[in-house]
Amino acid sequence: MTFAGYRRPNGTVGVRNHVLVIPSVMCANHVVNLIGRTCSEAVTINHPTGCAQVGTDFEQTKRTMAGFAANPNVAAVLVVGLGCETNESKALAQEIAARGQRVEVIGIQECDGTTNTIARGIEIVGELLREAKNHVRTRADVAELILGTECGGSDGFSGITANPALGYASDRLVAAGGTVILAELPELVGAEHLLAERASPAVAKQLYELIERVEARARSMHVDIRYGNPTQGNIAGGLTTIEEKSLGAAYKGGSSELREVVEYAERPRSRGLVVMDTPGQDIEQMTGMVAGGAQVVVFTTGRGTPTGSPIAPVIKVATNTPMFTRMRENMDLNAGTILDGNASIADVGNDIFDWIIESANGRKTAAEELEFRDFAINRIGPSF
Amino acid sequence: MPMSDDGAALRLKDDDNVAVCLRAVPVASTVRFGAAEVRALADIPAGHKIALQAIALGALVRKYGQPIGKASAPIAAGEHVHVHNVEGMRGRGDLAEVSA
Repeated sequence: MTFAGYRRPNGTVGVRNHVLVIPSVMCANHVVNLIGRTCSEAVTINHPTGCAQVGTDFEQTKRTMAGFAANPNVAAVLVVGLGCETNESKALAQEIAARGQRVEVIGIQECDGTTNTIARGIEIVGELLREAKNHVRTRADVAELILGTECGGSDGFSGITANPALGYASDRLVAAGGTVILAELPELVGAEHLLAERASPAVAKQLYELIERVEARARSMHVDIRYGNPTQGNIAGGLTTIEEKSLGAAYKGGSSELREVVEYAERPRSRGLVVMDTPGQDIEQMTGMVAGGAQVVVFTTGRGTPTGSPIAPVIKVATNTPMFTRMRENMDLNAGTILDGNASIADVGNDIFDWIIESANGRKTAAEELEFRDFAINRIGPSF
Repeated sequence: MPMSDDGAALRLKDDDNVAVCLRAVPVASTVRFGAAEVRALADIPAGHKIALQAIALGALVRKYGQPIGKASAPIAAGEHVHVHNVEGMRGRGDLAEVSA
């Protein structure tokens, strides 16, 4: 089975052809936005990171930016730096280039101020946009796809309708040779044994270690995870404990063998089902999976979450018909039909699979139509 | 997955002691699974759980055939099962020893 994608020089295949403007540090956010005001065809992002960070926290931030910029949905990148930041913009650009991505870099201090930087940035982005127009879609095997799976604003129906249906689609993609990322580690606490049963002893051990890391964090803070997860909305929707939420969430990955466990924003080496260590917080999770190479994300929601990635289609699947009807503009598919008795899990699973292929071919999701550009990097240490 | 006779609730696995209400279940209404039936002791919103049998204090609450927590109060058959009478067993940093 194939789709029409953009084959990049490094061999990966994108489903979008974006030119991305990314600040290496939050001090460049404003300049990035002003470049984007003129170059409206480019995608600009903002974030509050990139300076006074150390150790694994800094490594993770840099890995996320580099992975995100090198995602095959991006044709070319402009990095905008300040000049004195920890996350040195030229080093970031080198990291992006090392991943086989077309990248340019400018700095505000080197350009003698913001006005010159904006003018230079507009020139460069104009050229990158012209270059990107030369890329054309060609046939690619669906085995080239990395699917990110996510649930946000879950309710008591998530584990009955949308997540099992997404699991059905995940199994189909894995059977076709593709890759599926299951993430949000805190939302696997209480369901990890079911995944470990489908993994080699070495992968199972890694999974248990990650779960222990989550619970150790809760212990070090002397808090019950339930104060923050399940969230107030999850609880209003009927979810009582983290175990209950996790058991419903784990369905998203389907039933195939767990092949690998990767760090946040790390690209999977294996095909098949992979677990990524991300928090359950929606935007940080989505950013981590896309930085790990996911070209498409399927996001199930019960309460109604409109979020979308700046560079990847995020397909929204409602768990229930009332919310789907109320928030129609933000939803792409309704798994509530399973509850209404109008469709089976397999029916909706096949619809989700078809949507994945159509979005890979270029069909825009609701979040893309509404121009969502949510981006957040998971921090694992303090700013100094 | 057994659905209650009128489709109001779903018991996901046979050994579950709770069912998920697929629509709002009003107090005093009856949810029937064949011969077995429970009377709702409270208004239970859609997506929330109803106890299919009595669950003793400290006993496991089971959904999806898996433990989702334990009863933090005695639960009668037909009760709304939620944060007021169930506590999680995982991620309980609040129960961790405070180190010196």
